Amino acid sequence: MNIVVCVKQIPDPAAPQSFDASNNLNRAGKLILDEADTYGVEMALQLVDKAGGGEVTVVSMGSGADVAGLRNALAMGATKAVIVSDESLRGSDALSTAKVLAAVIARQPFDLVLAATESSDGYTGTTPVQLAELLGLPSITFAKAVSIEGTTLKVSRQTEAGYDEVTAPLPALVTVTAGVVEPRYASFKGIMAAKSKPLEVLSVSDLGLDGQVGAVGAREAIVAVETAETRQAGEKYVDEGDGAQKVVAFLEAIKVL
Amino acid sequence: MALSTLWVLAEPSNGSFTTTSLELLTHARSLATDVVAITWGDGGQLGAVAGEYGASTLYDVGDLAGALPGVPVAAAIQALCESGAPDALLIPTSYDGRDVAGRLSARLDRPVLTNVTGISDEGGLVTEHPVFGGSLTVKAKFTGPGPGIVVVRAKSFVAEPSGASPATVVAAPAGDTGATASAVIATSHVEERTGPKLEEATVVVSGGRGLGEAGAYAMIEEVAKLLNGAAGASRAIVDAGWVPYSHQVGQTGKTVKPLVYLACGISGATQHMVGMKGSKNIVAINKDADAPIFQIADLGIVGDVHKVLPALIDALKARS
Repeated sequence: MNIVVCVKQIPDPAAPQSFDASNNLNRAGKLILDEADTYGVEMALQLVDKAGGGEVTVVSMGSGADVAGLRNALAMGATKAVIVSDESLRGSDALSTAKVLAAVIARQPFDLVLAATESSDGYTGTTPVQLAELLGLPSITFAKAVSIEGTTLKVSRQTEAGYDEVTAPLPALVTVTAGVVEPRYASFKGIMAAKSKPLEVLSVSDLGLDGQVGAVGAREAIVAVETAETRQAGEKYVDEGDGAQKVVAFLEAIKVL
Repeated sequence: MALSTLWVLAEPSNGSFTTTSLELLTHARSLATDVVAITWGDGGQLGAVAGEYGASTLYDVGDLAGALPGVPVAAAIQALCESGAPDALLIPTSYDGRDVAGRLSARLDRPVLTNVTGISDEGGLVTEHPVFGGSLTVKAKFTGPGPGIVVVRAKSFVAEPSGASPATVVAAPAGDTGATASAVIATSHVEERTGPKLEEATVVVSGGRGLGEAGAYAMIEEVAKLLNGAAGASRAIVDAGWVPYSHQVGQTGKTVKPLVYLACGISGATQHMVGMKGSKNIVAINKDADAPIFQIADLGIVGDVHKVLPALIDALKARS
């Protein structure tokens, strides 16, 4: 069982976000492995384990040289990592990202591609399905449970009303929701081992995608960034045993009670 | 100059289209001369509803034989585009809507703009996207050849019938979709929920990390029940597995605009604010006086949810 996990290195979500001069998200600081991707890495490790062996390859792309997030995935137990790192990828849209990832993933045989439902910085949420289409794979999004029986994939997929049991033949692509599994913490041994695991860095030229991806390939543009209408803070009280009564009085005033 | 044609993905749901689909049809007819809806499954019966909300034509992809909608519906739209593409295609932000958008984008080699909360015509389509917790609005447009694909969040517009006559229903089969359409639904499970739906409730009571542990969410559910409201949650406690994803309010969850939103033990992460800042009234209960949620709360109680919520439950019970 060989599983590819798409991961993204993002600015720390706890830090304030800002745009750079080109209205791209400011990624100048340290990048970390998107927490949303740790679920896919964990799921891949568990599925390979259950299948009795195989490789977990993490793939990523970015405009910078940072690889700390990938080392983190390797420390969790992934076999190897590949990142397309190229300044020309700055300003890539979701479809460009999918094209780059598709070119990387198609270089080796695989049974399953995993990704998060969406990244925690861009929230576009379309890249995995675009990727599935480019690779000619069936896809099942919003998985809350994943199992493999022989060459059949079985997924519990979140719906508005509850969930569907969905099946697809392998190879396929699955996006996993947060909480689908409990991501392991990298052990000290894992962190040490990650330092010597294969980490391949590719350029856009290596993939033959010059001029097709990055800002050149993006066919949408930001026309304005405006300060949104802000709500005004109302009254604030420190609870001295009367907090609940204040809430009740407020609900009465707006006629909810 | 008005846009000539907009297509809207109209998702079938319980004998009608989803509310977001109707919101998009309503807004599309204010922007374009001609509005066309695309549906599948039971949606093919809904020519009258599509027409009532402004569509002249309802393309029906038909029965999907259990396949997930993403691939066959995108394939059908691609085929329709070959005999005349619209200015843009509007798609609801939903599980299946996002699948259709992604598939279609790759098939047509056209870009997608997502998390859209506003669409206007400024000599071409301009989309609005809230970023950084809604503190900024980014306006964007497509720069290449169309049709652009626009994925719109729920409650961005208000659905209003126009009273127009039924749409003409036209079959638009998917054709051969090969291996990509091999994901099929074996069984569907409905998770029972009591009380009003989260998106439709006039009162929403949400809990966050400040509850401390999963068991404390019962207090949120009880307050919601006593107020005839729905129980929501922050992403933090959904990720922690305390409550199902269907309860999640925020950027990655549901957008709610109730008469009153009670945020309990929620600090107000940017991710959460986007999903609830459109509420008419906001009440926040949080231990941390500096929590960002207080900046948008009409009433803020700086206190421990483990003290305030039991007292609130008692007070509400005493009234009923």
